[in-house]
Amino acid sequence: MLSDYAPILVFLVVVLGFAVGAQVASNALGPRRPSAAKELPYESGIVPRESARRRFSVSFYVTAMLFIIFDVESIFLFPWATIVRQLKIFGIVEIAIFIGTLLVGLLYVWRKGALRWD
Amino acid sequence: MIASFWTALVGGDFWWVLVLKSAFLVLFLATAFAYLTLAERKVSARIQLRYGPNRVGPFGLLQPAADGIKLFFKENAGPSNRDRILFFVGPSLAGAAAMLAYAFIPLGTNSWFGYQFHWDITHANVGLLVILGVTSLGVYSLFLGGWSANSKYSLLGGLRSSAQLISYEMAVAFALIGAVILAGSLDLEQIVGSQQHLWFIVLQPLAFILYFIGAFAETNRLPFDLPEAETELVGGYHTEYSSMRFGLYFLGEYVNMVTVCSIATALFLGGWLPLLPFHPFDWIPGPFWFLGKVIALLFIMMWVRWTLPRLRYDRLMNFGWKVLLPLGLLNIVITGAIVAVRA
Repeated sequence: MLSDYAPILVFLVVVLGFAVGAQVASNALGPRRPSAAKELPYESGIVPRESARRRFSVSFYVTAMLFIIFDVESIFLFPWATIVRQLKIFGIVEIAIFIGTLLVGLLYVWRKGALRWD
Repeated sequence: MIASFWTALVGGDFWWVLVLKSAFLVLFLATAFAYLTLAERKVSARIQLRYGPNRVGPFGLLQPAADGIKLFFKENAGPSNRDRILFFVGPSLAGAAAMLAYAFIPLGTNSWFGYQFHWDITHANVGLLVILGVTSLGVYSLFLGGWSANSKYSLLGGLRSSAQLISYEMAVAFALIGAVILAGSLDLEQIVGSQQHLWFIVLQPLAFILYFIGAFAETNRLPFDLPEAETELVGGYHTEYSSMRFGLYFLGEYVNMVTVCSIATALFLGGWLPLLPFHPFDWIPGPFWFLGKVIALLFIMMWVRWTLPRLRYDRLMNFGWKVLLPLGLLNIVITGAIVAVRA
């Protein structure tokens, strides 16, 4: 079983080698003519006045939190999906309760306005 | 000692077979990426009644090579106040994660002189789950790349794309579960095998549509290309990237397209199974069927790009959370109920 994943290590090394190699090669092959203007972040021709590392909309945090919750639940669905046939009616009642709870949760965050973007 | 440890770990394959196979797959994906860019430009041009690239080589067939050479010989510039390490990690991860996912796509086997040769890098009994996990690593590359550049356009693009990718990731996962229920397995080879008689698109039309819509969002393509909406964000998360670093993001995007189309083919369109299960259709070898179906889906992705306008960001998020997600859950319950009752 574990042996199924060992070739991935080899492939990972080759793939990372390709990704890093491509950047190193373009670094070596390309010219290097730095100038003050070139090293400024692009802001449509305006000289940037402050750092880009500043606060951003709270909606992104909310989306990330909701993602964690719902994505963990999707992991529970995968093993269930492979053995629906063996579990028969018991399995379907169980998953209906589980997904029902999920949907109630979704409805709650929806009503609370967590999915609203403005 | 090392040799015996290796055989215990990897099984039959010699290490150099594995390295050659890996190198071959990387080259194959890079070539597929190069020619997809050409195909995209040609299709776009034809839809807009233009010719597209036709100067480099016959029918512009050498255009990708010229583009590649140009990318390598451009200056690798970046803002001076960037985070140097993450600025390097972003594109590396974009290229690597996209290619890594392809290791689990079943590509078929050949038997030469009693030696069983698998074209795919490895075969895992939870292959589908691993592919979903590896492709979602791509979120890090977009966000790290967007944040590290210390540019406002990049940051906004990175934020948008990470929020979009994680939102649609669930919709995609829920859509795939429909097919997993029917096959009763997460093993891609078994999923294809269980479609011998009937492709799952017939039994799971809703899941296929949900998956394919989600796939557009996962690969940042129109109508969901908000992360790099060029009219408002310049280039999105890769605004500050140039040369081959930009190339790697570009490569990641196109390889991801191939990956999502391959998953759709394996789960819904019968993988390498012929269109109709009799002569002369089954004379054509499986890999050609697989490739043909993937190319057909890729063409649809390019076609949609010039058909639908871009969504507004709040509409995009609403669509993912309030339409795709509940429909996906509904599809799981209904499919599960029918399978459980008939079992």
